Amino acid sequence: AREGRGAAAAGDTGGTGMDAPSAAGLGGADPQLQRFIEVETQKQRFQQLVHQMTELCWEKCMDKPGPKLDSRAETCFVNCVERFIDTSQFILNRLEQTQKSKSAFSESLSD
Amino acid sequence: MESGFGSDFGSDFGSGSGGGGKLDPGLIMEQVKVQIAVANAQELLQRMTDKCFRKCIGKPGSSLDNSEQKCIAMCMDRYMDSWNTVSRAYNSRLQRERANM
Repeated sequence: AREGRGAAAAGDTGGTGMDAPSAAGLGGADPQLQRFIEVETQKQRFQQLVHQMTELCWEKCMDKPGPKLDSRAETCFVNCVERFIDTSQFILNRLEQTQKSKSAFSESLSD
Repeated sequence: MESGFGSDFGSDFGSGSGGGGKLDPGLIMEQVKVQIAVANAQELLQRMTDKCFRKCIGKPGSSLDNSEQKCIAMCMDRYMDSWNTVSRAYNSRLQRERANM
């Protein structure tokens, strides 16, 4: 059974744009170890992004730490996560479009 | 926080399978999970310390006064709340994305 949190499907919104490295080289021929590595890698990507977004969104959403997280701050954090992922997807999509429409894109990158 | 988790592998290998020298994948996986958990806890503490220092300490004095300590304590709790909120929100988003595919 796939883990709910970390096992993002092909359309990964994690924002890295990188596919999980093939576990075939790691763990050798043992399929149990391979599977374990895949799952743990996904879980770690999730964790890393939570760390990163918490840090970013803290700057945007938290003024003075109070006795509890008020609803306004909580909403801000939720929005922040959503907008961060939207931003990541937007960047990937636009990059893809730019590369399709301008074949010289990769050349202009190396200027 | 213990720093000895998984640091000594030598004595553990093979003990689960009668000492025949064969590596036990189950044991390796458990040790790896522990190390990952420790690494995540350290990362969390490092970022929390950074954020709470920024929020709570103005001009550094010769010690942490009471108000600073109180601020840091509250900050820690709020940082954990924030981390949990972000984790839930990200999880929901991932589930939504997966449902739309």
